[in-house]
Amino acid sequence: MIVPIEHYLILSALLFAIGAGGVIISRNLIIIFMSIELMLNAANLSIIAFSLMHNLMDGHVLVFIVMTVAAAEAAVGLAIIIMVYRKRDTINADKFNLMKR
Amino acid sequence: MDIKSAAIFFDILYPEIFLLAVGMFILVVGNVFKNRTLLAYLSLAGLVGALVLTFQQWNAPQSGFYGMVQIDNFSIFFNVIFLSAGIIATLMARDYLRAHGIERFEFYPLILFATVGMMIMASSADLIVIFLGLEIMSIPLYVMAGFFRNDPNSNESSVKYFIMGAFATAFLLYGIALIYGAAGTTDLRRIMTDLGYLVSHSGLFLYSGALLVLIGFGFKVAAVPFHMWVPDVYQGAPTPVTAYFSVAPKAAGFAAILRIFIYGLGGLNELSVIFWILAILTMSVGNLMAIFQTNIKRMLAYSSIAHAGYIMVALSVGGDGAVSASAFYLLAYTFFNLGGFAIVTLINSRSGSTAAIDEMKGMSVRHPFLAALLALFMFALAGFPPTAGFFGKFYLFSEAVKAGYIWLTVIAVMNSFVSVYYYLRVVVVAYFGKADEEFAPVSFKPAIWLVLVITAAGTLILGLLPQFGLQLAQMCMFSFK
Repeated sequence: MIVPIEHYLILSALLFAIGAGGVIISRNLIIIFMSIELMLNAANLSIIAFSLMHNLMDGHVLVFIVMTVAAAEAAVGLAIIIMVYRKRDTINADKFNLMKR
Repeated sequence: MDIKSAAIFFDILYPEIFLLAVGMFILVVGNVFKNRTLLAYLSLAGLVGALVLTFQQWNAPQSGFYGMVQIDNFSIFFNVIFLSAGIIATLMARDYLRAHGIERFEFYPLILFATVGMMIMASSADLIVIFLGLEIMSIPLYVMAGFFRNDPNSNESSVKYFIMGAFATAFLLYGIALIYGAAGTTDLRRIMTDLGYLVSHSGLFLYSGALLVLIGFGFKVAAVPFHMWVPDVYQGAPTPVTAYFSVAPKAAGFAAILRIFIYGLGGLNELSVIFWILAILTMSVGNLMAIFQTNIKRMLAYSSIAHAGYIMVALSVGGDGAVSASAFYLLAYTFFNLGGFAIVTLINSRSGSTAAIDEMKGMSVRHPFLAALLALFMFALAGFPPTAGFFGKFYLFSEAVKAGYIWLTVIAVMNSFVSVYYYLRVVVVAYFGKADEEFAPVSFKPAIWLVLVITAAGTLILGLLPQFGLQLAQMCMFSFK
């Protein structure tokens, strides 16, 4: 293997941190959602890297399962965001404070 | 690996397959068949049928799908909790949805699918299957939270639940990835067997993975500091959905936590400090914030956070006693919390209701029996003796005392005293509150009567004859060691 395993893990940790930071900092629901997808893919990357490290195939299967789950989540999540946009005409997370009185 | 687990064996998942089949059938038939009542009964029949199938598996531990699925008394005990919560929520939902003009048939399959996800979570002994079960559970719940499509509060609740749920999922998955990296497997049984070796060779990955998994489930069971979403989601969602949220996903989260942290990673004793801190934070923040609430759904949301904290007390002790004490508490909590929510559902079904606590004023005059039941459920939530709430808390805290966690128990008991204040305030308002106007009568339907009878019976039976429930809970163990 040309690229050592640590490089994959560091990249994956960085992607995860960027994603988590994006969820916390960003106010746009779509960008928050994309950040979450980035976090999931960071996990995928490290699963693949560990799978290479252990020389096991089951990590590859796990990644396909995770991708399927992420697709299902995206379908429902985008539907929810569209529903909110229709009702409120905004997807700014700061505007969703009706109940915090 | 025993012989039975070295193959697929669909028969051990009959309850889940049956529920899925009924859910799919309702989804297909619902589009052409407009009789919603019949569809509700069909989904109830599916849940009861799955309950019967689940009971048949009691005391006959089986494993299948190459060891990924373990049906033991632990999973069956929790499956019974999920199915009972599903039955009660379906019964509560029908009249509520009709009263608010949102009776769409998709609601019933969503409950069925979420229940299937929870049952898979409790039955699996493999991290990736637990993850899959968690997602099968969560995705229908996101939709159910936003079931009032035209109510901005419900929309908001749905969005918040979705964002926080997906965020938690990402933490959980990254934790699973790290544990997979440390162990080279996601099979909890193999992780448990090799734990000593794994800690010495890849301890960093294992511990950070375990912490990330705990953060993921901390969101799901609403442990402080991962609880920010709970009050808004619970307040905005339709009341029967809130009732379901406060019981079933929490029990499922605890089932997964018990399976992972007491069965798979049970040897990591250092984690008990984390549970200790989480327990104290969760109890104290939940109880203190509940005092200031004026909306009863919001108050019960904070109260559900506090109850998660009581269960965390047992988790920090660990061992078999903690498993049965938390299982018993979750069963008891299912009955009295759903009972409390059934009354909130009745109050909230009246037009123009916002579920403020003040709406209870004058209840004892108009509906003395309902007010008595409200008092019963609030006493149970506060943990007064003849109810299930007392014995549930007693077993949880006695586990902590037995293991020498005296300070933790003292803090837990002090928290229980704080909680008495806000639970009794509801009862005081219902009995002595001077109403400005007449208490608008609530419309009783047979379904809600059935809910009240089931939940009150459960609360009293587990309270007056606790040895019966405790015997079952003590049999609730992991079989494959």
